[in-house]
Amino acid sequence: MSEREPLLVVRDLSVAYGSDRGTVVAVDHVDFELARGEFLAIVGESGCGKSTLLFALTRLLGPPFSGEIIGGEVLFKGRDMVTLGERQMRSIRWRDMSVVMQSAMNALNPVLTIAAQMRDVCEAHSDMSADEIRRRSEEVLRLVSIDPVHLRSYPHQLSGGMRQRAMIAMALLFTPDLVVMDEPTSALDVVAQRSLIVQIKELQAKLGFAVIFVTHDMSLVSHFSDRLMVMYAGQIAEVGGTRRIFDKPLHPYTSGLLEAFPSIRGPNTRLTGIPGSPPNLARPPAGCRFSPRCPHVTDVCRAHEPQLVDVDGDEVRCVLYNGRAA
Amino acid sequence: MSVPAVTAPVQGAAGFEPAEPQPRSTVGTNLLYAVLRNRKAMVGSLLLLFFTVLAIFPGQIAPDDPQAEIYLPGQSASAHHWFGTTSYGQDVLSQLIWGTRQSLIVAVAAGGLATVLAVLVGVSAAYLGGIADGLLSLVTDVILVIPIFPLIIVIAAYEKNAGLLTLIIVLGALGWSYGARQLRSQALSIRNRDFVEVARVRGERRLYVIVFELLPTMTSLIVASFLGAALYAVLAAAGLQFVGLGDPNAQSWGTMLYWAQNNEALGSGLVYWAIMPGVCVALLGAAFALMNYAFDEISNPALRPIPKLGRRK
Amino acid sequence: MTEPLLRTEGLTRHFGIGGLVSRQTLHAVDDVSFTIGHGEIVALVGESGSGKSTIARLVARVYRPTRGEIYFEGRPVSRLRTRRQRLAYSGDVPMVFQDPYSSINPAYRVSHGIARGIKLHRRELSRAERRREVERVLEAVGLVPGRDIARKFPYELSGGQRQRIGFAQALAFRPKLIIADEPVSMLDVSIRIGILNLMSELREREGVSFLYITHDVASARYISDRVLVMYGAHLVEEGPSEEVLQRPKHPYTQLLLSAVPDPRAELGISDTSDVGEPPKVVDPSEGCRFRARCPYRIATCDTVTPLLRELSAARRVACHVATADDSANDFARLESTHRRAEV
Repeated sequence: MSEREPLLVVRDLSVAYGSDRGTVVAVDHVDFELARGEFLAIVGESGCGKSTLLFALTRLLGPPFSGEIIGGEVLFKGRDMVTLGERQMRSIRWRDMSVVMQSAMNALNPVLTIAAQMRDVCEAHSDMSADEIRRRSEEVLRLVSIDPVHLRSYPHQLSGGMRQRAMIAMALLFTPDLVVMDEPTSALDVVAQRSLIVQIKELQAKLGFAVIFVTHDMSLVSHFSDRLMVMYAGQIAEVGGTRRIFDKPLHPYTSGLLEAFPSIRGPNTRLTGIPGSPPNLARPPAGCRFSPRCPHVTDVCRAHEPQLVDVDGDEVRCVLYNGRAA
Repeated sequence: MSVPAVTAPVQGAAGFEPAEPQPRSTVGTNLLYAVLRNRKAMVGSLLLLFFTVLAIFPGQIAPDDPQAEIYLPGQSASAHHWFGTTSYGQDVLSQLIWGTRQSLIVAVAAGGLATVLAVLVGVSAAYLGGIADGLLSLVTDVILVIPIFPLIIVIAAYEKNAGLLTLIIVLGALGWSYGARQLRSQALSIRNRDFVEVARVRGERRLYVIVFELLPTMTSLIVASFLGAALYAVLAAAGLQFVGLGDPNAQSWGTMLYWAQNNEALGSGLVYWAIMPGVCVALLGAAFALMNYAFDEISNPALRPIPKLGRRK
Repeated sequence: MTEPLLRTEGLTRHFGIGGLVSRQTLHAVDDVSFTIGHGEIVALVGESGSGKSTIARLVARVYRPTRGEIYFEGRPVSRLRTRRQRLAYSGDVPMVFQDPYSSINPAYRVSHGIARGIKLHRRELSRAERRREVERVLEAVGLVPGRDIARKFPYELSGGQRQRIGFAQALAFRPKLIIADEPVSMLDVSIRIGILNLMSELREREGVSFLYITHDVASARYISDRVLVMYGAHLVEEGPSEEVLQRPKHPYTQLLLSAVPDPRAELGISDTSDVGEPPKVVDPSEGCRFRARCPYRIATCDTVTPLLRELSAARRVACHVATADDSANDFARLESTHRRAEV
């Protein structure tokens, strides 16, 4: 695979699940690409589909995460992950792509030491010897600034921040090409959050892996991600370079979101947030899904669902930009 | 601060109101709705309905007086006697139909008594905590561990020909411990929910909080508990009567089994007399069991079957 | 000087932990003194485990203090004996909880909790008046039309709406001070501002004071008049919000502020290499509890616990090193002296 080819290509991916109210399409025809070593942040509020998208990418759908892929393809290093069998997935998991979940306390086995859990992972995905496993475990812990003596600790003996870093260490056991993270910082306090993200960036620089970072907190990734993808109601609302999005947001939802963060250092002006709630995905509104809450809504918005259009290399799904050609 | 946008209507943004009309929402009708959706619940409740009708109108449904020994004894199944006649010349079908009443009464009464006790003990233990909880849990565990059936036999034997009331009291007084454990667990987890603290902080009395804040959120589990207790009561009552500890003159399925056994019905080829009462017990038990599963699923959505979608492209 | 609405003095709460053999004492709140005035919004900021939620519960009388006292309108709260007095207090000082999905009883319509509150605290109202009050408070928190919302069940409402119900329940008591324990942290970002604005508004319109408990410093700045910073069960800094957040004096406050992401600012503030954690204060020794992570630590910090002292008018800091001089401790200095702490 050449250096220039994208690491991950997602085309027309859709995920749905059944519920009392009928079929709910949680991820609706999502397309995007990820280059090697890139840090992509996927941002959105609850119900936007970002977590479902993440599980679809990593083939983790199925109880307890509801949903099934109903269309599209996920090309990882050229191979379509959607059609791969479990056996083939096993060889990709952890070696080429790994996952860091939201709450380490839930993801780590409380009755096993850190060493035992790392051993499990190594044994499941390779045939390293016990010695090699131990050496590698110590190495990855040092990478995340944890003293290797903690290999003997149980998860509850570590602090919240350390647990989260231990999870990241586990994800790096095989130096994968892609690490997918689902809100890894939400259980941490602000200081620990900052230091965790900085750590991730340093590791990225050192080891060269790509990161997909799912979060509901845009400001967290504002200085760290290369590109930002904003999701709303199962669709991509806007995607583009991070700084550009913060400086000049195109989609009204993105500007609304940015407005909703009170500032620490700038002027303390009154903010308005975004009135209303995200739509019921079992019965999405006709036309643009954001139209009921949009301050710039017109009749066109309510009638036609806009497609993603290219605006200077970035993409946005909004009637306001439909006039511009690619 | 300028005119606030926040007092603008917050709800009603298009797309939020569900497009289909909401069912008239009360706790009761939501349950009904859930029951109708669930296949197990449907089958179970139909069976239950069937037996209830039999129990309420046995005179109208049964062809004969169950005690009347007017027929030729020992007949096998025929058009006139669907399940044949007993060794005493009674119509088996009529006996089955009339027997429904007793079984249902025991199920509901003993099940009800057991559930009331389970709620009292379980929820109090959870809410009071500390020493009270310790004591109540101890009592619960002791009763749980005692082999119930032998104990019931001993008690019933004391009574000599236990009538319906004795049966109900004995079964109710000994069958609450399983439900109490379950209810205690659930009450413990609900007790930590904020709305309980909200009620306390606003000044409600303890008893009010238990009865009006805690219990209403546990209805599904309480109903499921009742169904489980009713099931156990049906089986236990039939068992006791079969063994001969019930009133032999009573009209019930268990007594039918007792008499059938005494007259070696199976050996004499009177298959239906020997088996049908058991089948009825099993069916009524199954009705309760199905509804029990169904209520578990209703109260815990995680247990519900996940509808499968196809892959479309 | 007029008596403040609420005043705490040396408020302390300890919990016993551990079994029979190794009994230890967890210091959740140690010697905290502050005031809240009429119509004032005071933010209590700190990380989880700092003691802020415990303070909320102490003020709400869910816990009794181990030591110290709370004075409400000049009268000590521990002296409330009769049920009537305690009821009156809980009506004057209600609490709004963090989790909108857990703070309303799912078995009843939304009006139930509000109506019960009115029934208990304002007995003089008739049934019809009660119903009208329910509608009034619902509309006062932005849920319009009140009559329709009152008939809904919680599951029919969104998280933001449910949180407003929480405020409506509190408003129904005609309170003087509302304790808001992390009221927005479980809500979506775009909904938070609505709730924060609501709090501001209720203060303007109804004159209610707020004790706003949060770990989000930016939201504290957004609505509060004064800020109290907690660390390790101690109150470490206090003052007007703008003052404290633009010119923080306590090293912890400085660390906190440097870690808050502000997308509108340039990155450049220390990519902090602090990997410390807020302490669990169990059987603590003397000395400043922040000393392990503090870049300005001196010898005294190890042996003498710093007390809150006045740096200037309305500004208090618990630090041996902090001075009133604004040029002394600021971000640049913090940046250059921070070092990596091995865990």
